[in-house]
Amino acid sequence: MKKDRRDFLNTCFRFVAGAGIVGVAGVLAVKSQKGDFLWQLDPAKCTQCGRCATSCVVTPSAVKCIHVYDMCGYCDLCGGYFRPNVKNLSTGAENQLCPTGAIKRSYVEDPFFKYEIIDELCIGCGKCVKGCGAFGNGSLQLQVSHDLCVNCNQCAIARDCPSDAFSRVPIEQAYKFAGFKTNKKI
Amino acid sequence: MKKSLAFISLLIFFVGMEFAAFSQQQRFPKPEFESGYAQPVTSMPVPRDGMFALLDVLVLIAVLSLITWFILKKRSRTGVVAVSIFSILYFGFFREGCVCSVGSVQNVVLALFNPGYHIPLSALAFFVIPLAYTLFFGRTFCAGVCPLGAVQDVFLMRPVTLKKWLQKALGLIPFIYLGLSVLYAATATDFIICRYDPFVGIFRFNATFFMFAIGAAFLLISIFIARPYCRFFCPYGVLLNLVSRVSKNHLTITPSNCIQCKLCENSCPLDAINKPVVVKQMEDKRSATRRFILLSLIIPALMIVGGWTGANFHENLAKVNSKVRLADEMLHFDSKTMKESLEIEGFRTSGKPVEQLYLEAAEIVKQFYYGGWILGAFIGLVIGLALSGLSRYQYREDYSPDKGACVSCARCLKYCPVEK
Ligand code: SF4
Ligand code: SF4
Ligand code: SF4
Ligand code: SF4
Ligand code: SF4
Repeated sequence: MKKDRRDFLNTCFRFVAGAGIVGVAGVLAVKSQKGDFLWQLDPAKCTQCGRCATSCVVTPSAVKCIHVYDMCGYCDLCGGYFRPNVKNLSTGAENQLCPTGAIKRSYVEDPFFKYEIIDELCIGCGKCVKGCGAFGNGSLQLQVSHDLCVNCNQCAIARDCPSDAFSRVPIEQAYKFAGFKTNKKI
Repeated sequence: MKKSLAFISLLIFFVGMEFAAFSQQQRFPKPEFESGYAQPVTSMPVPRDGMFALLDVLVLIAVLSLITWFILKKRSRTGVVAVSIFSILYFGFFREGCVCSVGSVQNVVLALFNPGYHIPLSALAFFVIPLAYTLFFGRTFCAGVCPLGAVQDVFLMRPVTLKKWLQKALGLIPFIYLGLSVLYAATATDFIICRYDPFVGIFRFNATFFMFAIGAAFLLISIFIARPYCRFFCPYGVLLNLVSRVSKNHLTITPSNCIQCKLCENSCPLDAINKPVVVKQMEDKRSATRRFILLSLIIPALMIVGGWTGANFHENLAKVNSKVRLADEMLHFDSKTMKESLEIEGFRTSGKPVEQLYLEAAEIVKQFYYGGWILGAFIGLVIGLALSGLSRYQYREDYSPDKGACVSCARCLKYCPVEK
């Protein structure tokens, strides 16, 4: 008799628990229909503090500098490539801003130069981004490279970013460039 | 004259800076190339996820079904160990321990409280599927599918038993941890379970020294004390524990009828085997009534005290929120004596009015005030129920696993001499 009552209570609770689980699942499944989210940073908010290079859970960081060529002025004296007050515009390492030499400068036509980021070398420190933003067009921008990002449940950089630049973005707008609209769908 | 010129050009420079965010093209317009130069495309690598998320869910279901079959049908510890090793390799090292069911609690809470956030389907599946299995079969998920549990389990060599009171006391931590992580997830502050996950850094080989030390300490302790994280920290374990108590088909120690031989009595490293309670120990009606009245007074009292304490600490709790911290820093910032922190610099460049920041921070602090009450009351309730559990006798004839605490590791099965 005692046992029966306990069994009955157990069954009741089981149905309550089951209903709870199904309820939560149902409510949220409807919401999650809206598609997946990824982490991305907003270059308009970013202050190039350097934490993107150090806080990411993958090494080197999943954040890379991306060159928005449409915004680039192809300057000879590139604020993102050269250190401030360089003597001569040569590609010597002592003249370069990038600590890893990840920017490739190549001649296009007089007086224009092309700057390409070598993704494998870039550590996402943002030094060039700062330089380009201060002296150039701001065409160099930090972005989470989604082929490298493991899309952490809680992005480790997001909680360290002093400028609140990180947010979850819908997968259709996986990249965010400042002053430049991405119309391309992924 | 020269000075004013310099000033004007500086002014223009600053206006230009303001403008920069919107019309950066202006400073050096893009050249018209004559040499037929083809501009490279701006690289936007496609996300790598997608397929993996689906695969993860499928693997989860397959592995859960397999281990449940091993435990309930085959009654095989070897099977459990094999599955554990697979889980450590796949969910742990290969998938780098993310998303895991333990952390998914926070996604669920954030999604429930924050209409703007859409929980990924995989996170939802990782939250729901183990709970559903547990409702039917007990905590088979803990046994060897959860990579955190599995990695501790394979380290267990020389189990020692902890004192009962210590187990009870430490057993309260997961509830507090769960309460805190719900509070921080609901206020969109942080995912603390992920932040302080002791093993994920080891799975990824990139832990900070501090987290690595914690992870290593947990693994060392696991050699002697079975599953310290599962029993004394895991917030998801709280939910599994509760659901498992009412599970339909839980593992039994004996395949048939218990003959009270006591061989299994000390076999459980988690101390999760309940001994038979003889009828003599049952309490009489009068003392039961007295106990009931006492508890119905104590529990609400504990909840009120807990809630009040929690509400009193709400400002400390809110300090974890970055916005609140920034507002606090701004309030105490003195540009003459202090150096600007990166946070303040970031805020200044954003051009947002300070008043707005203060308003937003105040709103969050208010959420924490209510959250503090709820959290405190919840902890009070848990302590109260734990006390009432101590003084309750449940009639029991046979040796049986405690359905809540047992993680279905199947170690005790081989101690039972009874054949099917
Ligand atoms: S952490 Fe934030 S501010 Fe710092 S570089 Fe990254 S996005 Fe920019
Ligand atoms: S300066 Fe930093 S962000 Fe820019 S290319 Fe070099 S490593 Fe990347
Ligand atoms: S989500 Fe993870 S991998 Fe991606 S940028 Fe943030 S920390 Fe790095
Ligand atoms: S299966 Fe047996 S040994 Fe393992 S936790 Fe449960 S009662 Fe303890
Ligand atoms: S070993 Fe089996 S028969 Fe013996 S007490 Fe345990 S469950 Fe009962």
